[in-house]
Amino acid sequence: MKIVVCIKQVPGTNKVEIDETTGVLKRDGAEAKINPYDLYALETALRLKEKTGGTVTAVTMGPDQAIDMMKESYMMGVDDAYIFSDRTFAGADVLATSYTLAQGIKAMGDFDIIVCGKQTTDGDTAQVGPAIAEYLGIPHAAWVSGISDIDGSGIEITQEFVNIRQTARVSLPCLITVEKDIFTPRLPSYRLKEETKDREVHILTFADFADQNKAHYGLKGSATSVERIFPPETAGSQIFLDGTAVQKAGELINILHEKRYI
Amino acid sequence: MEYGKITQEGIDYIISVTAPDRVFTGEAIEYDYCHDEMPEYGTSRPDVVVQAMSTQEVSAIMKYAYENRIPVTPRGAGTGLAGGAVAIYGGIVLSLEKMNRILEWDLDGLTAVVEPGVLVMELANAAMEKDLFYPPEPGEKTASIGGNVMTNAGGMKAVGYGVTRNYVVSMEVVLPNGKIMQFSSNVAKNTSGYDLKDLIVGSEGTLCIATKLRMRLIPLPKYSYTLLVPYETLESCIGTVPRFINSPITPIAIEFMPQQLLLDAEKYLGKVMPHKTSAYYLILMFNGMTKEDVEKQCDKAAQICFEAGAEDVFLCNTEERKEAVWSVRSAALEAIKASTTDSDECDIVVPRNAIADFVQYADAKSREYGIRLMINGHAGDGNTHIQLCRDDMPKEKFEEQTPLLMNDLYAKAKEAGGQVSGEHGIGHARAGYLENFMGEDMIDLYRGIKCAFDDRYILNPGKVIRVKES
Repeated sequence: MKIVVCIKQVPGTNKVEIDETTGVLKRDGAEAKINPYDLYALETALRLKEKTGGTVTAVTMGPDQAIDMMKESYMMGVDDAYIFSDRTFAGADVLATSYTLAQGIKAMGDFDIIVCGKQTTDGDTAQVGPAIAEYLGIPHAAWVSGISDIDGSGIEITQEFVNIRQTARVSLPCLITVEKDIFTPRLPSYRLKEETKDREVHILTFADFADQNKAHYGLKGSATSVERIFPPETAGSQIFLDGTAVQKAGELINILHEKRYI
Repeated sequence: MEYGKITQEGIDYIISVTAPDRVFTGEAIEYDYCHDEMPEYGTSRPDVVVQAMSTQEVSAIMKYAYENRIPVTPRGAGTGLAGGAVAIYGGIVLSLEKMNRILEWDLDGLTAVVEPGVLVMELANAAMEKDLFYPPEPGEKTASIGGNVMTNAGGMKAVGYGVTRNYVVSMEVVLPNGKIMQFSSNVAKNTSGYDLKDLIVGSEGTLCIATKLRMRLIPLPKYSYTLLVPYETLESCIGTVPRFINSPITPIAIEFMPQQLLLDAEKYLGKVMPHKTSAYYLILMFNGMTKEDVEKQCDKAAQICFEAGAEDVFLCNTEERKEAVWSVRSAALEAIKASTTDSDECDIVVPRNAIADFVQYADAKSREYGIRLMINGHAGDGNTHIQLCRDDMPKEKFEEQTPLLMNDLYAKAKEAGGQVSGEHGIGHARAGYLENFMGEDMIDLYRGIKCAFDDRYILNPGKVIRVKES
C-alpha cells in the first residue's frame, strides 16, 4: 500500500511574534518543528504501513530548510520524503497551498491513502487536508479518531463529531485527517537515523508539476489575503478564595456552576 | 524531655504578635497540617498552627516558645517524604507558606533573595522570565524553597547542576531563642569562620528557621533535549551510567525507570510514555547554548548508550515530546502509590560506580522477601528511590518485614560506601536507621551541634536525631 502523509514545519515555540504591519509571523531565527498535529498523522501512516505493508512517503510544501524535518521523519520510519519547493509557491493561502500539495502528490505517482493532521498550530484553518482531496477528486473524511480496518479497497474509520460518533467505510484512494491522540506519536530513533543517514530527500519544483499556469500557485493563486493579524488580548483574571478548605471548595463549586463550567 | 504545654495565654500572645486570622487551634486546624506526603509515617495534630508573615513574627514566636519550652515545627509546603514537617511532639506548627515573596533580583551577581515560602516552580518561572535559570528541580515542583534548602533537595538535574546547596548564597535565620542572624552574605566565596550557612542547608529545620534566602541563578540554557533509552536487561541499563561518568559529555539528568512504572503511570494516571515495550529505560537530558552543541552531545550520548547495549535511543527535541517523557517520570511516586495498598520508601545514595551493583542487590532482595520493590530514581548521581509495595501481603507481615528489608538495604549501602538518604532527608521516619548507620560517636557529635543552636530541643524535635527520653 502506498501511503502519503502531509507534514508542515511550524514555529518551535508558541512565543513567536507577529509583525503587525506585514501580518507575517516573524520566523527568522526561530526554531522550527513538525506541526504537533501532523505527528498523529505520521503515526497513523506508520501504523497503517505496519498493518498492510507498503511504504510511507512524507510530503511538505516549503523552503529547502524543511530538509531537517524530512530527515527527522526518516528517523520515525518514513520511507521517502518530498519537498515541494519553488519561489512560485510563496505566499500561498489555504487554497493555493492545497492545490500545490495536490499537484505535487500527483507528480509523485499513484497512492492509496493520504493522511493529514487535523490542523496546524500556526495557520489553524483545518482546511488543507479536505481541500487536497477535492483537488484530487478523491473521497475524504475529517476528524478521524480511530481506524478499525483497512484492506486493498477501503478503510473503516471512526469520526468524532460534536454530538455523535460515526463509523464509516471509505473507498481507496482517499484522504483522512486524524484527531489528536488517535495514537501516541513515536519518537525519532537514532537507530533509524543511522540507517537512513544516506537517504535522500527529494525536491520537486514548479517545473515538475503538470499544471504550468503560475496563476494557480502562491500569492497569485490565493483567493484570500490577510488584512491584519494581531495577537488576541488575553483576558485572564484571578480570584482568590478565603476560608477553610471545605468553604473554599464549596465556593469554587458555586463559581463553576455560575459560569456553567459544571 | 519534658515540654511545656501551650496555654490560652500563649495563644493570645501568638495572636498579638501575628494576626487572629493566621492562628488556628483545635478543629480549625486543617488536616493538611498534620502530615506531609508520607502520612504512612504517622500523622500528628499540633496544638497551634500559625502562619507567619515576617522575620519579626517568627522571632517573636520563637522567643515565646523558647521561654516556655514549647516544641515548634517549621513547615513550608508540606511536600516532604520523611515526616520532617509533622509536629510529632505537638506544640506549634510554624508555617512559612505565606512568606512567599521574591524580594530582590540581583541581575549583576545573578542571585535572587526569596522568602522561604516561595515555591520552587515560582522561582524557576520568575527566573526564566528574566532569561535566568534556577536549576534544582525536585520531583515535587510545588515544594517550597525553604523546605528544599532545609533538606538540601536534589532532584532530576543534580547530575549536571548539583543539589540545592550549590545555589544557596546566604541566609537570614531565626535561632530557637528568637535571635535573628545572618549566615554569609552576597559573596562568591567565603572562609570567614565556620560555614554555618552550609551547616543549615540540609538540617531539616532542627537548628534554626531560615526567613530569607539568597539563591544563586545561572544563565538560562537556550536548548534542552531529552533522550529516552530503552534496554532489555537491568544490567545493560544501569551499566550505562558509569560510562557517562568517564565520558567528556555531562548529562544534566540520568533517570532510571523500569517498565512497570510506565505501565502504572498509564493505568492509574493516564500518562502515556511514547515508548513502553522495553523492560528498562534511562532518561537523559542535555542542555546547551546552541543547537549544534546539544545535538552533538546527544549524538555522542546515543553512541555511548548503543555501546552499552541499548535497544534504541529516542530523541525528544520539542516541548511536546519532552513533556510526554518527563511528565511520566515526574508522576513516578504517585503512580507507585496508586498501584499498591501501602508503601514505604527509601532514597539511599551510593557511589556512582556502585549503583549497578546496588540496584541488582535490591532486586534480588525483593524476590527474597516477597515484597515488590519499585526501584527508580536518579541513577546518574547514585541516588535510588526504592518503594516497598505491600500489594496483597497481610499488613502485619509487611510491617514486620519492612524494617528487616530496609536494614539489609542500608547495610548494603554502607558496605558500598553509600549514605542513608540522598535528598529526601531523615525526618523522624529514618532517624532510627540513621542512628544505626552512623553509630554513637557521630550521633553524639550531631547532638552537640543541635545543642549549640537549640539547647532546649524545641525546634523540630525528633527529626534527624531522636529526642533522648530523660
